[in-house]
Amino acid sequence: MSGKARVLIVEDDASIRRLLRGTLERAGYDVGEAATARDALHQVAAFDPAVVLLDLGLPDREGMELVPLIAGQGRAAVLIVSARDATEEKVTALGLGASDYVTKPFDTDELVARVGAALRNRLTSAGGRTKVVAGEVTFDLLNHRVERAGADLHLTPKEFAVVAELARYPGRVITHAHLLKAVWANDYDRHIEYLRVVIRNIRAKLEDDPALPRLIVNEPGVGYRLMGSKD
Amino acid sequence: MNARDDRPNPEDLLRAAAQESRGRLKVFLGAAPGVGKTYEMLSEGAALLRSGTDLVVGIVETHGRAETEAMTAGLPIFPRREIDYQGRKLTEMDLDGLLERRPKLVLVDELAHDNVPGSRHPKRYLDVEELLAAGIDVYSTINIQHIESLNDVVASFTKVRVRETVPDRILETAEIEVVDIPPDELIERLKQGKVYIPQEATRALSHFFSKSNLSALRELALRRAAQAVDSQMLDYVRSHALAGTWAGGERIVVAVSELPGADGLVRATKRIADAQRAPWTALHVETPRAREFGDEERRRLAATLHLATQLGGSVASIPATSVIEGIKTHAADARATQLVVGKSARSRLFELIHGSVVDRLVRETPGIAVHVLPMEDEGTPVRTKRRIPRFGASTDYLWTTLVVAAVTGLAAMLSRLLNIDNVALLYLLPVMVAASLFGRWPGLFAGALSSLAYNFFFLEPTGTLTIDDPENVVSIFVLLGVAIVTSQFAARVQAQATMAATSARTNAALAGFLRQLTDVANEQELMQAICAEIGRLLDVRTVALVASPDGPQLIAANPPEDRLETMEHAAAQWALDRGVPAGRGSDTLTASDWLFYPLKSHDRTLGVIGLARADAQYTVRSDQLPLLINLLDQAALAVDRMRLGAEMRDVAQLRERDRLRAALLSSVSHDLRTPITAILAALAGLRREPTPALIDEAEAEALRLNRFVANLLDMARVEAGALKLKVEATDLTDAVAAAVHDTRATLEGRPIALDVSPGLPLVRVDPQLFHHILINLLDNAGRYGDPGTSVAISARRVPGELTLSINDEGPGLPAGREREVFETFRRFEGSDRSKRGTGLGLAIVKGFAEAMGIEVVARNRDDMRGACFALRFPEVLLVRDVASVPA
Repeated sequence: MSGKARVLIVEDDASIRRLLRGTLERAGYDVGEAATARDALHQVAAFDPAVVLLDLGLPDREGMELVPLIAGQGRAAVLIVSARDATEEKVTALGLGASDYVTKPFDTDELVARVGAALRNRLTSAGGRTKVVAGEVTFDLLNHRVERAGADLHLTPKEFAVVAELARYPGRVITHAHLLKAVWANDYDRHIEYLRVVIRNIRAKLEDDPALPRLIVNEPGVGYRLMGSKD
Repeated sequence: MNARDDRPNPEDLLRAAAQESRGRLKVFLGAAPGVGKTYEMLSEGAALLRSGTDLVVGIVETHGRAETEAMTAGLPIFPRREIDYQGRKLTEMDLDGLLERRPKLVLVDELAHDNVPGSRHPKRYLDVEELLAAGIDVYSTINIQHIESLNDVVASFTKVRVRETVPDRILETAEIEVVDIPPDELIERLKQGKVYIPQEATRALSHFFSKSNLSALRELALRRAAQAVDSQMLDYVRSHALAGTWAGGERIVVAVSELPGADGLVRATKRIADAQRAPWTALHVETPRAREFGDEERRRLAATLHLATQLGGSVASIPATSVIEGIKTHAADARATQLVVGKSARSRLFELIHGSVVDRLVRETPGIAVHVLPMEDEGTPVRTKRRIPRFGASTDYLWTTLVVAAVTGLAAMLSRLLNIDNVALLYLLPVMVAASLFGRWPGLFAGALSSLAYNFFFLEPTGTLTIDDPENVVSIFVLLGVAIVTSQFAARVQAQATMAATSARTNAALAGFLRQLTDVANEQELMQAICAEIGRLLDVRTVALVASPDGPQLIAANPPEDRLETMEHAAAQWALDRGVPAGRGSDTLTASDWLFYPLKSHDRTLGVIGLARADAQYTVRSDQLPLLINLLDQAALAVDRMRLGAEMRDVAQLRERDRLRAALLSSVSHDLRTPITAILAALAGLRREPTPALIDEAEAEALRLNRFVANLLDMARVEAGALKLKVEATDLTDAVAAAVHDTRATLEGRPIALDVSPGLPLVRVDPQLFHHILINLLDNAGRYGDPGTSVAISARRVPGELTLSINDEGPGLPAGREREVFETFRRFEGSDRSKRGTGLGLAIVKGFAEAMGIEVVARNRDDMRGACFALRFPEVLLVRDVASVPA
């Protein structure tokens, strides 16, 4: 891919904008800014960013309303950066098509990592990924195989379906609802317990220390995230 | 008598204070119409008007008398109110207008006047009371025969009874001026036509105005006035603690019955009690006979008891097998010193057989003075039909006859084996059976029948009622004697059983009532329980109202009722405002269908209970009145207790809120400013010389600030008491891992010893709240554990619960005060302030945990190496045996 990836910062607070711009430019991105929702929609069309960092508390419009407008176009990944940390809000934003959710105050290194993940996801989601490596585990999505340190792991079909869904978007939080729908195609309430058990079983097979998992990480009340992907 | 404290009694002082703000009443008292009361009142009014007093004439009847009419000429007359009554336009004093106008003084003629139906009060003296209560002075007039307690006396010698009477209590606080002219002069004025007499009363009154009557009336008026002065003197003495002159200690009980003339006894008792300034009680002894009362008797008894309450006495009704027993019991309980009883016109024969009630009372109540007064009949005594035949039902006699016949048959069979005297013994059987089963009269009947049968069938010569052998005459009499004695005993036992049952029923009703009242959560439920119980026990419809800014508010009803008519509303308001009964059967707003009783505690009216019975003239039967009063007292206590409880909780809550506000202010100023100061200092240092240590410092302080703000927000949610839970099955491994990840900065690389088996049951919690609990506990462990020590997190499954504990290594908690760590802004004295807790974290832990049903316990580790915080998940929160997941 030629040139730098473009990232648009939608944020009404000037000092946060300044901080984000500095951080992202150092990480090698081309950065645009918008202070209002109106400006943001204009910039999405004019600047054509690959990732949009979106604050939810904008002066002229509820930021949440912009999520489907931007993500729906399929060109830019939306990463929410907000001080609001209610579980429901995260779930709503992810449900509307946001790629990730970072709460303020954030760790700048982590933010840069999330931007990178969102960018990769955006680039590969269209064609779909076939092979994902996280730590010493390799997920071969095409051939339904999972290897750990070169050795084949046996996963049940449900277990594989869950890890496949996580591996398809490495680093990105996949909501419980999404996983349940993708794997059980069924009602949420009854199967959340199944999901917990399946995750437990997967960890027992993948993790060094299943009691302190490092690959499949929990976002309390929101979902799971596959970490450690270097891809 | 017990020694009296010489200081003024607080109640007396309170009474004096109440009277100070009330208006003053002056009554012009006359012995008869025509003595010039109205004239006297108006001339005094005119004098006051000239000296600048703001006064109006509320109502004055001049009856066309020229002298009186002339007197009104210069006085401001307040317009009367017009009332439509049965097509006629009548006028009455405009009470509401006067209350609004609020003059200093109102002149109100004829205190004893009956108002036109449809007025607020049936009696004018009640209007006057309202004026006085509003702080308006009143001058009024009355003739001596209209005073309630003198009504009987006057009627006894004038042979004219007036129906319009005024209770004595009205005059007790009034200044009384006797308007007096010699009888001769009055008769002269009468002849000159200067005295107004209504047309229809002319004939009756011509007798009334005899010289002897007028002299007697005049003496009564003068005496009554003197008594009023006496009582005011007494009030003064009491409030100024000259208690030595106050005899006191007398308590008078008057026994009343359903008989005509009982009201006379009540009035007489009132006079005795007044003269002695003694409290008094009208007592009705409810004997088994009371169950046989007809409507007329019930009505008369209710009226008598009502009269007693109106005259300022209290009322009691107790069940007993005989009048004497009842009086003795009550007199002992109430420590009565005097008894008033009526001498009934019973025949000599009756007294010979039963003994005189009065004689027995005098004998059996030593130490109590007994007043015996004649019972004077007001009108023709009404013979009432008894509803239950007191001689028993006819079927009882039929059965008795059958038993006697059966015994006769048996005796005939056995007569060959037995001698004739033993056959007589057999006949005792039907007597005892009939007496014990059916009561006295069937018992006596059995006795008579048995002796006849015995005589006829077994005594020589058989087949006749003649007796040859004199010995056999004796056995007949013995048989009869046994029958009489047995029947008497049986009847008494039966009566006692009935009384015991009644009394047990009353007690059970009260106990049940109290039980119902204890099992309620709030005042609304309490009122509903009161309504339901009173309704059930007295068989009436009930409503409960409490005061609200928009007037009485209906808060409970049985059966459900959503609104009251205007009339009822007004009566409820009245009862609520004044703390007196109002509505049907009371003094006020009698047109209402409902009767409202106030629920009163010692210093306020808590609400009113309304009673109604669709089909009956009397809302509450007289025999139910004591029970009702008992119920209302208990209900008022319960409501009072509940309100006091609520008020105390409010106060406690307010205090707690104050403490929190103060703590919050100090905490905010300290806990927000300290990290900001540290950050600013670090930044200033960085400007001079950038070092990693300063950067770490600034970062740690910023994180601390962030944690504090997050905790403030969480605390606000706990305090608001509206935590919305989104509970889902959660894996402890997930939860702990996420919390450890988010607190890595505070834990500063401490080793974490994890002992959470992946095989544990899932727990049902709100994942986000639980996350905050764990973060705060880990934060706490990181802050108070000694530097470099590890934090141990372990989960244990034991029968009945799952425990997750977080252990640190450090000084631990002050022994005995472990619970206090969960209090908001609690930091132990001497605990190192540099530890930089927020004082909120553990309070949030407790608030969130309790909201989810998790128990949180703080204690020191068993090995005493530090503190241990344990989260205990009861069985209900555990997802047991998750079904194996379909692969």
